[in-house]
Formats: sequence, structure tokens, C-alpha cells
Amino acid sequence: MNGPPLLDVDDLRVEFPTPRGSVRAADGVSFRVWPGEIVGLVGESGCGKSVTTLALLRLVRPPGRIASGRIVFQGRDLLTLPAQEMRMLRGSAMAMIFQNPMTALDPVFTVGDQIAEVFESHPQLHTNDVRSAAAAILERVRIPNPKAQLKAYAHQFSGGMAQRAMIGMGMAGKPSLLIADEPTTALDVSVQAQILDLLRAIRTELKTAIILITHDLAITAQLCDRIVVMYAGQVVEASTTRELFRAPQHHYTRGLLDSMPRLGQRRERLAQIPGQPPDLRTLPVGCRFAARCPRAEDRCRVEEPALTSSRDGREVRCHFPLEPR
Amino acid sequence: MSAESVQPALVRELTGRRSSRFRSGDFLVVIAFLLLAVIVLCALIPATLAPHPPNQQEITKRLLPPSWMERGNSAHLLGTDQLGRDLLSRVIHGARISLIVGFSALVISGIIGVTIGLLAGYYRGWLDDWIMRLADVQLAIPYVLLAIAIIAVIGPSNLNVVLVLAVNGWVVYARLARGQTLSLREREFIQAYRALGARDWRIVVQHILPNLLSAVIVVASLELAGIITLESSLSFLGLGIQPPTVSWGYMLADGRTYLLGGAWWVVTFPGLAITATILSINVLADWLRDVLDPRLKI
Repeated sequence: MNGPPLLDVDDLRVEFPTPRGSVRAADGVSFRVWPGEIVGLVGESGCGKSVTTLALLRLVRPPGRIASGRIVFQGRDLLTLPAQEMRMLRGSAMAMIFQNPMTALDPVFTVGDQIAEVFESHPQLHTNDVRSAAAAILERVRIPNPKAQLKAYAHQFSGGMAQRAMIGMGMAGKPSLLIADEPTTALDVSVQAQILDLLRAIRTELKTAIILITHDLAITAQLCDRIVVMYAGQVVEASTTRELFRAPQHHYTRGLLDSMPRLGQRRERLAQIPGQPPDLRTLPVGCRFAARCPRAEDRCRVEEPALTSSRDGREVRCHFPLEPR
Repeated sequence: MSAESVQPALVRELTGRRSSRFRSGDFLVVIAFLLLAVIVLCALIPATLAPHPPNQQEITKRLLPPSWMERGNSAHLLGTDQLGRDLLSRVIHGARISLIVGFSALVISGIIGVTIGLLAGYYRGWLDDWIMRLADVQLAIPYVLLAIAIIAVIGPSNLNVVLVLAVNGWVVYARLARGQTLSLREREFIQAYRALGARDWRIVVQHILPNLLSAVIVVASLELAGIITLESSLSFLGLGIQPPTVSWGYMLADGRTYLLGGAWWVVTFPGLAITATILSINVLADWLRDVLDPRLKI
């Protein structure tokens, strides 16, 4: 965490207009990613994880739009970048892989053709021998017999292989930031572990920073250097993985950790956080987590807490953060 | 029995498919293919195949029945029409115009319609609204009525028939291409390409177009049947192909008055030719769809 951050997201707001008022899917999201680190972005469905990362690539679908904020990547403000330069950035400096690898490959082309496509889109990746370059990519993501697999169609790949191919395509331009949107959710557990190993290896080999979106805390514990916890469109806590698991400061994080099954612990039922996340169209005044929070007091229901950072670099959005135990 | 010889049989049993590309119903496909081959051959070299020139009249031999019937003449296999013209020769010559008109109208309307539909579906917005309302308006007007109106203005000629048929046909492709594009552009692989920095036009041309092409080809083959029928209807109404060019539709129109007089063959054979063409195209279209789908390839 020395030197300037690779990515600095500041007060990002993404809005979707709806017939009943506009919804802020991301509402003042701020976080930073340093070169070569793996950052976990965790939170339950609908908390704004995916929309935040799509905003990083400026791929939020209309009618959704980035309402305000700043995204500084490699010293450049992405929100003021011309569309053409932004396109060149995608797939070269910043790439993204998706949740469902089986649908992330075009069904009518061979895998080799699709990898070749990445080279076509980026002149700086131009090569005279696209086939060898494509095979090299499959080799890098440890697909056996890469030359033969170039001729395979997406449906002939297993989920794990398809995700490897996707990671390979994302890594073709040797990006400095890879965004992985729940890359293992659609895969079974043993394949999941292989993909996580692959991501870790890529970080080591190419010094790529990775933003890993997930709602599985176990994965973040294995893989991430730091964790950013989101709730109802906001960052509620950010800290190193070790600190977060050792001593969470936000009551939401605490609740998430308590609801994880642990080895060697017999319980009738897992703990759960009572209630539901708020409707983003009718947000409560004050803290968004207050209604579900065991520690909530009157102040929490009136005054919205700000994201404050402490001396040790931890950030938390709470009036009454938990003390380290 | 070795393991290798068991496996294909097992695979066949498990997947319910034979390893060959041909599957059940292939008998029909072969018949359709042969039939269409004969029709295409007729269109290519009618003069060689036909026993008589199509417009050669022999008034003494008018309304001869097919040769296998009583009074039939062995020189006129399918009989003759009211002017003593050989029906077999006319049916053979009619194939050319039907196929030329059908295919050119099909290709023109397909290209226009798919392009418009792709743009409307991918870029949405006002372009989409305008194009689709225009399509709705055109769909609200009966097909034949619109064709008659246009022909009435620009006058009947062989080229104008093609234009009218093309104008009639684009809506189907535009709507199909738009609908497919709408669903394809939300698919994850399109998003993945965007996230990898692919250009818009490349996404449309390289990924959306090929993915909707198999649907377009199937619809196009059904449309081809429709276009040939419509061309026949226009010719039947005297607004289509103009004599002396022989067309099946015109033959139908021309011969219908003799139907009541017992000369059923004058309209039956051109009618059969239309039916056979359309039927075989439809069967082949269906087969083509299966072949084009890479997921069904083994």
C-alpha cells in the first residue's frame, strides 16, 4: 500500500431512473486498489458490487448512468476520457471476466477465433501468428493441449475450461487491473479452487491487480489482500483481510462473519442477520443498516454516518464501530 | 467385442443421435433435395429440357388432356392449354422466372431488413422507435393490397415485381433481427467482448449477425415460399410477370376459366409446380437449421 494507488474511486454514484424515482445502485462508493493487490468486493445481491465495477469500465447500461464521482486509473480520470480511448483501455489496461463462463463465450465461433478477436481489437497486440499467440494464451491459463483446443466450440468446453479461456482472453493485453465478477459462482467446488489458484498465479506472474467480486467470504479469506464490504450501494467497511476477519468493525461485517459455517463447530442453525436490505428507492434517513443493527441507537436513525478512516488504514461507516476484541 | 466398438453404439444410445449428420426424416430431405434440383435444372436449361417452345401455339390441339388419358397425345405429356401450347414445356420454362424473382426479392429484402433490424436492436432509441412503427404500419396493410397499390403506381414489369416483393418482405427480417439483437446484446458474451474493448461495429457484424443468421436463414426459406406464392398471386392478377414471359402464377390465372369446362390439367400442373417448389424449400430449410446449429454437431 505504498505509492500512488492504481485505481482511485471517489464518491461514485450510479443512477437508474425508474417510474418511482431514480435508484442509486452505487451511492458514494469510494475505494482504492494498489498495483498487484487482490481486493475482494463483498456484499449481498443488489448491494451495488457489479454496477460499481461496470462503472469502472464505463459499461453501465442505459438508462443507468454514472451521475457523479471520480474514477482515477493510472493517473487518468476515466469519466472524462473520450469514448475511443476508453474502448482501447478495456481489454488492454483493464479487463473483466464474468460470472457464467458458459455463456460468456460466443456459441457460433471456436475458442481460437474468439481469442484472436482480442488481438484484432487492440493494435498494440498485433501479431503475425495469431494462432500461436492464441495457443500461448490457453497455455498460460493451463489448458492442456492448447493448439487442439483452439478449434473447440464453447459448448465443448467444461465450465472450468471456459472460465480459464475467459481469464486468458482478459489477460491477453497484460492488463494492470482484472475485474472478476463472481468468477467461480457457476463452478463446482474443486474447479473453483483451481480457478482461484490460477488467479493467484496470474497476480504473481504478471503483477496484475485483481478486484474479485463475490458474496463468498471464504473465497476472499483465501485469496484477497484487502476486502471492501458494500451494503445498500455504499462501502461500509474496508480493511486488510487479516484485520477484517480478526476484528470486524462494522456490525454488518460482524453479522456476515457470524453467519459463516465454521469447521469444528456444531450448531443447530447458522446465525443470520435479521430483516432485509432497504429498498433503494425509499432509503431510510440515517444509517442504512440501522434497522437490522443490534447496536443501533437513536442517532443512527437520524444521522447518516460517514466513511471514516482510522490511523491503521481501516475504513468504516458506523457511529459505534466495534472495538477489537 | 472390444471397448472401441461398443463406444459409438453406446454414445448413440445415450445421446439419441447417430454419429452421421443425417438424422431421422432424412428420406424427406433427400426427396426435397432431388425435387429442388430438378426445378433448378429446369430454371437453368429450360430450352434443352422442354419438348416444345413454351409459346408455340397449335390451335388444332387446344386443351388436350395429359397423354395417359383418353384423347391424350403422346407429344404433349401433360396436355395443352387453351391455345394449344404444351403444358410441360410451359411449366419447365416457368421455373426460371419464379426462382429468379423469388431469390432476388428474398436477398434484397433480407439484406435491407436484417441491416435495419440490427441497427434498431443494437442502438435502440429514436431509430428503433421510428423503424418499428413504420414496420407496424406496413404490417397493418394487407400484403397483396400494398403490392397492388405499388404496382398500380409504378406499372407492372418484371423488375418492378421484384422491387414490390422486396419492399413487402423487409418487415419480417427487421422484426426478427431486432428481436434477436435485443436478446443477444444482453447476453454475457457480448458484454464480455465489450469489456475486452471490441468496437461496436465489430460486435454487431462479428458476433450478433452470425448468431442470428441461422434464425434468419430459416425464416428466409419460409419467406421464399411466401414470395413465390405472392409472385404467383400478382401474376394471377395480371400485375406480376408479363407475357410472353412464362410464370406459374400467370398460367394459373390464364387457365382458371377452363377449370369448370373439365380441363383441370391447365391449372393443376403449374399449381403442383408451385406446391412442389415451396414444399421442398421448406423441408430443406428445416434441415438447414439443424445443420447450421453448431450445438447439434457431433
